[in-house]
Amino acid sequence: MDQEMEKLIWEYIDGLSNESDKTIITKHLAEDSVWRSKYNELMSIHEILQKEELEMPSLRFTKNVMEEIAQFHVAPATKNYINKNVIRGFMAFFLVMISGLFIYFVGQIHWSSNSTGKLLPAYSLNANKVNWSLLLNNTYVNIFIGINVILGLILIDKYMQGKKNASHNGHWTKGDSA
Amino acid sequence: MTISRQPDDQIINRILKGEQSEFALLVEKYQNYVFTLVLRFTESREDAEEIAQDVFVKAYRSLADFRGDSKFSTWLFTITRTTCLSFLRKKKLDTISLDNERTGLRVENRESGFSANGIEQKSRHAMLNQAIAMLSPDDTQVLNLFYKGDQTLEEIGKIMRLDPNTVKVKLHRARQRLKDKMEKHFSNEVREILAD
Repeated sequence: MDQEMEKLIWEYIDGLSNESDKTIITKHLAEDSVWRSKYNELMSIHEILQKEELEMPSLRFTKNVMEEIAQFHVAPATKNYINKNVIRGFMAFFLVMISGLFIYFVGQIHWSSNSTGKLLPAYSLNANKVNWSLLLNNTYVNIFIGINVILGLILIDKYMQGKKNASHNGHWTKGDSA
Repeated sequence: MTISRQPDDQIINRILKGEQSEFALLVEKYQNYVFTLVLRFTESREDAEEIAQDVFVKAYRSLADFRGDSKFSTWLFTITRTTCLSFLRKKKLDTISLDNERTGLRVENRESGFSANGIEQKSRHAMLNQAIAMLSPDDTQVLNLFYKGDQTLEEIGKIMRLDPNTVKVKLHRARQRLKDKMEKHFSNEVREILAD
């Protein structure tokens, strides 16, 4: 009861009570000395907390910060260099991979009916029996390597272009590129 | 030191246009808030000053990422919290969990210090600071953000990555624990305050 009373009074002090609670608490405070005394006690703590002074760093603090940031420039916004399409591309790639594997494995299950007439999967799935050669044959491996080489070349090209632009506009500092 | 009354977004726009010196206005405006928050995580003022400086450098470098969909102070306090937590992780201090209060040893040391100096001479401010120092960093952070940082429950939730209702419960518990500490360690002062 005492804890519930405190909770309600704190909400009242913070201005977070709803209308009905506010009415009830106001009534209690007007009529009940226990509520009034608790309110005064919590209000005192609230007031000291409000009046509490902030700690101050040394007088040189601002100067130190300004000297420190003089070595840097504001880094470009993350959204400017993180291409959402790349992230979407990764997501799509993994989704396709997972879906493909799921479909493939479901296809490996042999469905059979039991005495009740219900279809039940025959759990004969064995990794040794999976026909990996269908997935890892020369054609697929070559396509995979080809795509990776192209993506690698695009990445190197982007990187070189980025470096070229940076040297033109002087936006990046040595520290920023790290 | 005069604190700028210009809106933060105007100052930020000028900094983003290349006026680096304008950042000093933001440092002057928020250094006490950041320093106070950091000081609750660390034992020494030297460490706190170093971390607070690091917070401002990080804020400067990633200023372009501030989208303006929250107050600048909320964004800055988020950086402050993550920087402090990284510092604690580095130092392997076991002071992060909600219920894990700072070591009893420190409290005991403080208590013996009080009796030597005479508790009655302590100001209310000092008493409150001592009582807050006995709380866990989570408790002190919620109290500081709510009372000193001028943050709403939603904003504190953003900073601490918590639901506003959880923040409300945390705030309530933090004040409860503070009250308990004050009653336990500073009963004379609490009586005086209540008698006022």
